[in-house]
This record gives sequence, C-alpha cells and structure tokens, in this order.
Amino acid sequence: MSAHSERPPERGAGDRGAGGGVDVGRPLLELTGVSKRFGAVNALADIRFTARAGEIVALVGDNGAGKSTLIKAISGVQPADEGTFVFDGQRVSPKAPTDVTRLGIATVYQDLALADNLDVVGNLFLGRERLFESTRRIVPLMDKVSMAQQAKELLAGLGARIPNVLSRVESLSGGQRQAVAIARALLGEPKLILLDEPTAALGVTQTAHVLELTTTLKRRGLAVVLISHNLSDVFAVADRISVLRLGRNGGDFTVADTTREAVVAAITGLAADTPATAAAAPGQPTASRQGADT
Amino acid sequence: MTQTQAHGPAASPATRGETPDQGAEHFRAPTSLGEIVSMRLRALRRGDLGSSAVIIATVLIWVIFQSINSEFLADTNLHNLARQISYGGLISLGVVMILLLGEVDLSIGSISGVGAAVLGVLVEHDGWNPYLGILAAIVAGAILGTAQGLVRTKFNVPSFIVTLGGLLLFLGLQLWLLGTNGSIRFPFGGAISNLEGSSVTPAAGYGLAALAVIGLAALTITGRRRRQRAGLAHDPVGLVAVKIVATAVVLFIVVWELNRAIGVPIALIIFLVLAAGFWALITQTRYGHHVLAVGGNAEAARRAGIKVNRIRVSVFAISGAMAAAGGVMSASYVGAASQDLGGDTILLYSIAAAVIGGTSLFGGRGSAWSAVTGWLVIGSIYNGMFLLNLVSDLQYMVIGAVLVAAVVVDSVSRRHRTT
Repeated sequence: MSAHSERPPERGAGDRGAGGGVDVGRPLLELTGVSKRFGAVNALADIRFTARAGEIVALVGDNGAGKSTLIKAISGVQPADEGTFVFDGQRVSPKAPTDVTRLGIATVYQDLALADNLDVVGNLFLGRERLFESTRRIVPLMDKVSMAQQAKELLAGLGARIPNVLSRVESLSGGQRQAVAIARALLGEPKLILLDEPTAALGVTQTAHVLELTTTLKRRGLAVVLISHNLSDVFAVADRISVLRLGRNGGDFTVADTTREAVVAAITGLAADTPATAAAAPGQPTASRQGADT
Repeated sequence: MTQTQAHGPAASPATRGETPDQGAEHFRAPTSLGEIVSMRLRALRRGDLGSSAVIIATVLIWVIFQSINSEFLADTNLHNLARQISYGGLISLGVVMILLLGEVDLSIGSISGVGAAVLGVLVEHDGWNPYLGILAAIVAGAILGTAQGLVRTKFNVPSFIVTLGGLLLFLGLQLWLLGTNGSIRFPFGGAISNLEGSSVTPAAGYGLAALAVIGLAALTITGRRRRQRAGLAHDPVGLVAVKIVATAVVLFIVVWELNRAIGVPIALIIFLVLAAGFWALITQTRYGHHVLAVGGNAEAARRAGIKVNRIRVSVFAISGAMAAAGGVMSASYVGAASQDLGGDTILLYSIAAAVIGGTSLFGGRGSAWSAVTGWLVIGSIYNGMFLLNLVSDLQYMVIGAVLVAAVVVDSVSRRHRTT
C-alpha cells in the first residue's frame, strides 16, 4: 500500500489537474501484433489498438470477439503471448496488474469490486488509506475526516450524485456504484482508464449519468477506453470505435465519419466487403495529427 | 447514526436508483434530536432492531429474574456476573475478528485450555515469573492460531474443517501438557489467583469511569468539530451531549453498584479496556479497515492491493491469542488449569455471544462491543438460572432460543439491505 504514496510523481500527473486539453490526441497506448492463445484457440491474433489522451475510444465486438481477452492483456491480469506494448512513448512489458497500475492505467471492471459493507469513503481509499502523520509510526490510524473531504471533492468534481460519502455502498444505486468505482480508479491518478461495460444493467437516467462522467474524464485529458455492447452509448460519447471480430481487428472508425450500419456490419461480418474506412490504414491519421502537433 | 442513514434508502427500493434526488432526501443527515429519534423509530418499525434488540433483551431478562429472585440484582451477584462474563468475553473479542472476516474458529475452547495449561506448567512447575507465564500462554495461543491460519490459506481448506481439527488436536495437547495429574493448581493468594479475583478500590473505580467518560467526550467533541470544519455531516450538539451523558450515567451506576460489593473486578476492567482497544483496531486503523474489506469482498480487497491471506492469518493469530488470554482468566477464576477448562459450552457461548451482540456470521459487519453486550445477555441468563437452581436443561434451551432469535434478526436486516 505504501508503494502508492512512495511512488515518484509521474510525468504529466501535475498538469492534468490544470484542466483538459493537454496534449489531446497524443497516442498514449499503442499495441501492435498482440496475440493470445488458449490451447488451440487463437483468442487474439495480431491485434493493433491505440488509445489517445483526451479521447474516448470504444472497443466493440460480439460475444467471444476477444474484448475481455484484450482488456485482460492490457490490464495485466492475463498478459498477451506476443505483441509490443508502447505506453506514453516507451516500450514496456508489464507482467502483472500492479505493473500496469504503476504505468498509469486503471481498470474499472464490470463487477466493480466494491465492498458493500464499507462506506463510499472506505471503498475509495481501500488499499491507500490516509493516515495521521503524528501517530503513523506507532499505530496506523486513519484520518477519516480528510479522506471524507477528499472523497466529497472528487465525486463532486466528477458530477457524481452521491449525497453522503458516509453511506454504505450497498445502499447506492447502480449508477452511483459505477461512479464510486470510477472515482476510486482516478485516485491513483491514471493517464488511461479502461471502463468495462459501465452501462450494462443500468436504467436510462443512470446510463446518462455514467456517460456524462466518461465525457468528464475525457475533458480532463485522460485516455478513455470504453468497452460496450450498446452502440447508442458508444455513438453518444466515443470519438473512435475499434471493432474486434473473432479475435482480429474488424475495423477502426471515426464516429464523426461513420454510421451505425457500417459498425454493425464490421461487428457481425455480414458485409465484410463494405468500405471499412480506416481498417486499411489506421496508423496514418495518427501520424499526420501527431506531425501537426509537434 | 450512519447505520440508520445507510438503511434509509433500503426502505424504498421502488424509488431507489432511478431518481437519485429522492434518494438524497433519505441520506440527508439528521439535524435535530427529534429527527434522530423518529428515524430510529421508523427503522424499528421496519424490523431493523439494530443495537436496541440486545438492550431490550437484557432489560427483559433482568426484570424477569429479579421478579422471581430478588437476589439477582443484589450487588454481590452483579459482581459475580461481571467476573463470569469477562473470561468468555476475552475469547469473544477474538471471535468478533474471525466473524468479521467471514470465517469461523472452533478451536478457541481448546486453545483457551492450552493457554491455561501452558501457564500452569511454566509458573507452577518451572517456576517462571507469573506475568512472563501469562505472556507465554498468550503467545502460545497466537502460534496455534497462526498455524491454523496458514493451513486455511495455503491449502485453501475451509476454516470450519481446519479449526475442527484444531479443536481435537489442541485438546490432546492440553491433556498432554497437564500430564497424569490432570490439573495444576494455582495457590490461593498467588499472583495468578489474585489476577482475576481482586477488585480495585472504590475510588479507583470512580476514577477509571471518569477517565473513560473524559476520553469519550474528548474524542467525540474533537471528531465532531473536525467534521464540521471540513463541511461533512456531523451529529447535532444535542445527540453528542446525550451520548456522553448516557455513557457517564451507565458507567457510574455500574461502578457504584460494584463498589457496594467490593469494587470493580480487575477482570472486568481488562475485558472492557480490551473491548475498547478492539473497537479502535477495527474502526480506526488501516488494519481494521482491511479486515472489514476482506470480510465484505475479498476479491475487491485483493484488487486493492491488500495481502488478503496475510490478513486472514493474522486474524487467526489474534483469535488464538484472545482464546489463550481467556483461558488464563478462567484458570485464575477457578484457581487451577484443569482438563475440562475450555471444554463444555465455552466455545459455543463465545461464538453465540458475538452473534447475539450483533456481529454478522456472514462477514464484514459487527463491532467489538457485541462481545460485551452478547455476554451480558448470555451471562445474565446463565447466572439467573443458576440462582434459581435451573442449572442445565432450561438454561440451554433459553440461550439456544436467544441465539436463534439473534441470527433471525441478522438475516432479516440482511434481507433489508439487499432488497
């Protein structure tokens, strides 16, 4: 736990607080040639995937397309067999979830991993409790007031509607729980956040709140990877869409220049001959935009 | 108070979720005493008894026994009761920790027997300093607990089985330590016998009560001020005052009553001080927070970087240490480390007390104070029945019924939480 507090400040961690728009479009995570096999099954084959700062990229695909496998490969839960992993311009090879977290990648899993019996504050600070400095060496006493205060500010900054940070998580609605899980991920000051089906099992209002929240993350300059089944959610907030199909890249789309039909076709593979706009050369727009920036 | 708030939205599952702003009204912190009372009454009407159940039960038991036998509330008998609950109470403090993890420890009776036997062998046979002997007994309990915790975590064996094995194994160890004589006596008037049997002077009793009230007041008031300054929900002044005054009144009545006999028994002081210590450990330290998290959702705790198995092993060690401490207390009460110490019903009563006091069997919910209130209920029944010469049959039935009632309350309030 102390590793979090003792970790040297990361580059860029400071300017994120100053507001969004810093280095927007800078490729943060670049995966190429990622493959993963389970016995004879090729779960992922030669996948490339890019996530950029200040951008929401949706990862979509049918059941069994390899979305979860790719997420697990990125988050370090199940590292890929092959492939290069470039994060923030540096080639890295994370072996475990903690390596990935240290890089600045946070994952919010579908099951949220919240302890129902603890209050919102307790969940947010689980594993990184703030202690009273004066007694730290004798007994690690928690400074609950300052944790509660920061929790309140953090949640308010996200626009999350949680009236009391001291209420137990079990009493919260699905959307509120999702907000707590996302806020929890943000406490580690990540640069990239993976959201695994954040709107599954939510009602209409709650889904709207969570989507609003993802946009807030993007405005803060984070790279957001949104895994979703729901294309209307994806079209509502995402900037780009990466389609996985049968463990391979099924096409990359820019939301502004595509239609639902084209994305559905890429997911199902029913019209494989449609002009999969970006599939042929996904790297080029990135390169040109980068060139314009520097 | 937070509990009441947490249960608020559960009462209206239909409105919950889709309209968070209505939920907000439920969450609003109460601002006046009247509001708190009405919130509490509403919770009671829903069947959410909270801590009031155990208080109502105690009062009921006392009224019944007192009306049958006027000796029950006599000062000497209450002095006895205070001593009787302290032995099991120490064991139950360890049980609370184990239950918070969602585990169970069936070996606590045997470990308390081993603790007493270790004490007897070291002090009476080998001539150790009595206080070193007590320390050694507690360390021995911690070692046995650690061993069980390691088997539980390394081989992923259910704790029910591991500690069932421990129950038998340590019973054998206890008999072996005691040797052919079967018991080791602690001479009357020696340090070990005096430990439990003696009481502090009346003045010291009042002094301790005053200290406890001042400590509580200081903590509550500074805590409230910090929360207020930080713009967080805080109790109204009236409630803070009522809490402090009520605690003071109860404590001083208890001391006054016990002083009329001899004085506050040292056993009770040790028990209550340790209960306060466990309360702080569970609610105020990082370690306690991790224990609650593991008991609530072990996977969430693991993903948060908590060494889940290390927490589990440490809690088994605490449970073993507290069981041995209880054994030491019992040996001091009886004046001997005997073969049947730690046998009979102590194991089951120690677990029952924690549950009757409100600690959930399902993990993650409970309080160190449940060891105190639970033993107050069990001890009162046990003591009262003993006065009426109803030693075994009815006593078991009544305590059994109370236990089932407590678990039913736990399950019902659990259902409220999950709907």
